[in-house]
Amino acid sequence: MKGEPKELKLTVNGKPCELKVKPKTLLVELLRDELKLTGTKRGCLVSACGACTVIIDGKAVKSCSMLALQANGHEVTTIEGVADGDKLHPIQEAFVSHGAIECGFCTPGRVMSAKALLDENPNPTREEVREAMQGNLCADEGYVKYIEGVEIAAKKMREGE
Amino acid sequence: MAETQPTVGEYSIIGKPLPRVDARAKVTGEAKYAADIEAPSMLWGKVKRSPYAHARILSIDTSKAEKMPGVKAVITGKDFNGYKWGWSRPTRDEEPLATTTVRYLYEGVAAVAAIDEDTAEEACELIEVEYEPLPAVFDPFEAMQEGAPLVHENRPGNICVEYHWNFGDVEKAFAESYLVREDTFKTPRMAKGYIEPPAILAYWPDSNHLTVQAAKGSPYFPYRILANCFKLPLSNVRIIQPFIGCDFGGTKNDMVNCDFSAPMLAKKTGRPVKFVYTQFEELTTCLRRHPMWVTIKTGVTKDGLLTAIHNKIISDGGAYTRMSPLSNFLTGICMGLPYHLPNFKHDIACYFTNNPSSAAMRGHGIYHTRFAGDVQMDMIAKELGLDPVEMRLKNAIENPEPGKIYETINQLHVATCGVKECIEKVAKGINWEERGGKAKKVEGDKAYGIGFAAATYLSGTKLSAHNACAAIIRVCEDGSVNFLTGASDVGQGSDTVGCAIVAEVLGITLDDIDIKRVDSAHTPVDPGSYGSRVTVLAGAAAKNAAEDAKRQLLEVAAQQFGVKPEEVDIRDKNVFVKSNPEKSMPWLKLVRIACYETPGKVIIGRGYSTQGIKVYGLADFSKGVGDIGTNYSFTAQASEVEVDVETGVVKCTDNSVIAHDCGFPLNPPAVETQVQGGAYHQGVATALYEEFKMDKGSTLNPNLVDYQRPRAYEAPMTKVEHVITNDPYGPFGAKEASEGSVCSAPPAIISAIHDAAGVWIKDLPAQPEKVFWALKEKREKEKKGK
Repeated sequence: MKGEPKELKLTVNGKPCELKVKPKTLLVELLRDELKLTGTKRGCLVSACGACTVIIDGKAVKSCSMLALQANGHEVTTIEGVADGDKLHPIQEAFVSHGAIECGFCTPGRVMSAKALLDENPNPTREEVREAMQGNLCADEGYVKYIEGVEIAAKKMREGE
Repeated sequence: MAETQPTVGEYSIIGKPLPRVDARAKVTGEAKYAADIEAPSMLWGKVKRSPYAHARILSIDTSKAEKMPGVKAVITGKDFNGYKWGWSRPTRDEEPLATTTVRYLYEGVAAVAAIDEDTAEEACELIEVEYEPLPAVFDPFEAMQEGAPLVHENRPGNICVEYHWNFGDVEKAFAESYLVREDTFKTPRMAKGYIEPPAILAYWPDSNHLTVQAAKGSPYFPYRILANCFKLPLSNVRIIQPFIGCDFGGTKNDMVNCDFSAPMLAKKTGRPVKFVYTQFEELTTCLRRHPMWVTIKTGVTKDGLLTAIHNKIISDGGAYTRMSPLSNFLTGICMGLPYHLPNFKHDIACYFTNNPSSAAMRGHGIYHTRFAGDVQMDMIAKELGLDPVEMRLKNAIENPEPGKIYETINQLHVATCGVKECIEKVAKGINWEERGGKAKKVEGDKAYGIGFAAATYLSGTKLSAHNACAAIIRVCEDGSVNFLTGASDVGQGSDTVGCAIVAEVLGITLDDIDIKRVDSAHTPVDPGSYGSRVTVLAGAAAKNAAEDAKRQLLEVAAQQFGVKPEEVDIRDKNVFVKSNPEKSMPWLKLVRIACYETPGKVIIGRGYSTQGIKVYGLADFSKGVGDIGTNYSFTAQASEVEVDVETGVVKCTDNSVIAHDCGFPLNPPAVETQVQGGAYHQGVATALYEEFKMDKGSTLNPNLVDYQRPRAYEAPMTKVEHVITNDPYGPFGAKEASEGSVCSAPPAIISAIHDAAGVWIKDLPAQPEKVFWALKEKREKEKKGK
């Protein structure tokens, strides 16, 4: 029947998940309400603010822009899956040490956008960094230190590997 | 990045770049914001809203909604027994949910609690409300007409608040001036711009105690208001502060429909109730910045010295009074800064309309008149053939000698003023002199220009009633320290600065300090996070509390060393006799002795802010005199823009410098993000991008797609220069950082557009169509002139 919960299989932060969800459930709702991964923020629900950005099969995606069922069979990474145990990812490290973070509401989405960029392009130009971060609205810090933070992380990641 | 580093002086911790104490929780997603919090057996709430901007409520029938499966309770405004609230006692004109009249579109009239969000929303549809639509007014010019419909029946003329002040002899000064100029400027109706919408979880642990976790930047506002509303002693209201996704004044200080509805529904159902507003609800019903029409008349001498200013301002207050008395007051009170002003007249009237209410926003009040004043200053400089930097330096206030005070014509008192140094630094930073003061250049369709502005902002706002912040320092037996403050970090970085102050005073490290977010059951009462007051006033409280704890510890140390307490000090976790540093012991040993030596002490330091609070008394709103701030920050900005002369599209380039005098930067990178964010999000945004489009009380762009906010592409990579003046009224010399640059960005950018393309855009924001038509008009005039 229409509206009845349907089977969903996906991988979240490396762990396989099997569950039943209503067809209308958005991916952001699945992550936050069902899987309790509240690091992914619900900001605007119209794919404008980027606070709900996650990585699906290597691409940064706004998790309010798709249904949970559309993630069937895919690999989803949320902010909770970025650090290696207690060890922060170089992007997280750079945002902290460079003083990029203010209220922090947009920060998880921004880490995900930056990670998708650097995983694909380890040496981006400033314009490419701006382009990758264009989907993530911020309200308080002026973008400057976030943009510089991504560049610092990119440099560290290139030197480290 | 800052190119000049502030002098660190004798400090161990403050003044150096500090990683924020909450950054790790935020960057890993561990930080819990209000919408992330759940409670067992929690219900979801939704507000039923009015489809009219002005209407009488004839009846509300909730019976169908109550019968819907999954619905646990429905409330209307009547459940609040006539309770009204407002910014101050005489302005309590708003109900938690409207009972008899709705005054703006989508005002809340009822609310539902149900087992999930969808059920609550569907139940709202089943509530039947009968309205009698009333004639309405949608801008202050309609509202001021004789016979215009009244928004509040008991408020004749729709006047929300007005001020008329007069200092010196403005008319005489105009008569004697070499040049007098009058212009009208318009500032836009703006969203606060934070991404986290209002959210609240409320529950009653028992019938006499209320607990609330909400997205409120000033948690002691709901503490007081909810105690009053639910007739509870303050001791029984517990506000536990989650992380806050920005504030900027207004909505997250003040209350919205869900902040009353959640506790009432929780009381009725005996279960926790949670509301999370949609961005649509935020952008259609929550508080926005006042749109203002600022007519400014300025006189100058032949040399360009200001002789007098007369402001005539009309503002749109929206449906309820809210903070309008303060917003409108702030447009005039700082007019005597940052330029010397010998004669001044201020007439402002704010009108009720059937638009959503207006309220405070970063750069509160001052930005409207600073925009008008600084742009007009450039217009005058052009007429007199003066350089914009020279014009500002001529009029800028000197930094008073140490111990001396500069008094404005309306009795504001300034102990330190770095505005001249700020102006000089930005002129140098943008290579103004090397360009021969002529920045203008054209490449194809693109014209480039540079604009300057200077501004001031008050810090440590002082209002009538409770102003002091307080702090408690608990020294644990293992040497770690709990820092309890009533102040809230909504992103500005005050938690880190507070911890740094405590560590600095105690002579230990930042890692030794654990700050507790506000829990009104345990933390001391605090006015709130507004008016750039937290670092200055809560910072001073933290300093006093840490000094109190240190004094108790030094008494123990003195006993151990056989000296007087004032002969002992602590630095880098080493306790030592000042005259004989060999005589020493580690911090941990001192703490152990203090806590364990029979019968054992419990080290608790307490303090509240005392600096500057009483120095010159409080501001008098009716007369427009007196100090509204504990001290005053100063800012100057130079910005370059690129104007596409074919399309009218304006963009800020990366060639941009801001110099800010925050007294002493306690955490320099935090000052930089505050200054960049202020200049950018609410400064550049105001100048070029953001405005609510309205049609008869309806917001036409109520989402973050149509309400276009600048993003990373549009972000100028602004350089920040620190100017250090060490203010005697702030902790360790500190003054505010961020609201000044909100005020300096719009005039700098509008002047830069003129410098590039020769048009003055007086009506913000300078969106492409406005610039396009202005350029077209200019070209046509030039043709005719030939």
